[in-house]
Amino acid sequence: MHLLYFAWLRAKIGTAEEELALPSQVHDVKSLLDWLKTRGPNYAEALKDLGTVRVAVNQDYVGPEHRVRDGDEIAIFPPVTGG
Amino acid sequence: MIRVQREDFDVGAELEALTKGNPRIGGVASFIGLVRDMGGSDRVTALTLEHYPGMTEKKLAEIEAEANKRWPLDASLIIHRYGRLEPGDRIVLVATASPHREAALAACHFLIDWLKTDAPFWKSEETPEGKRWVEKRAEDDAATQRWTIKS
Repeated sequence: MHLLYFAWLRAKIGTAEEELALPSQVHDVKSLLDWLKTRGPNYAEALKDLGTVRVAVNQDYVGPEHRVRDGDEIAIFPPVTGG
Repeated sequence: MIRVQREDFDVGAELEALTKGNPRIGGVASFIGLVRDMGGSDRVTALTLEHYPGMTEKKLAEIEAEANKRWPLDASLIIHRYGRLEPGDRIVLVATASPHREAALAACHFLIDWLKTDAPFWKSEETPEGKRWVEKRAEDDAATQRWTIKS
């Protein structure tokens, strides 16, 4: 899966994007976020309050139950502030 | 039409191009968003807009298609800039054209409200105290919600 991070989530995690193999325990957005938090203190800090985290899979907004597959483009970012 | 660009735009030229050659159009509504010099109570010296290339264009096109479904528009345009901007600079232009004013005005309002809560842009501000990310405003969600209530 291809992961993208934007705004302060990118700054806190310390990378804009990364290619990761889908671990066996990750099957939806919620389990993906839970797993990412275990990857290091920067991830844990960035993802500690999921109320301020939005996720898009293949460029569509999704909820925590959305299924995640290995070829997906998954973007993780704060609520949008454009316009 | 959707455009996501770093460079500025000429409002007069854009509006003229939008209606050119279509004498059915009786009204054009537009909204222009500018960089303010205040964020909360702090002075803002510059703003940087980051976006998600690909998804930005996709969401803007979806929002525009939705406006065209809801109102009889003859033309519509969304231009949104990214990069570093200073107070007074233009950020966004939304313009809608229709035979009558009601559809143009309502669709323009709908587009800017939806764009603010759906298009993946993020602002960071430069203030005398340093850089900070702009937080989402609850009022923006409420503004978008208004359009989801079926009357």
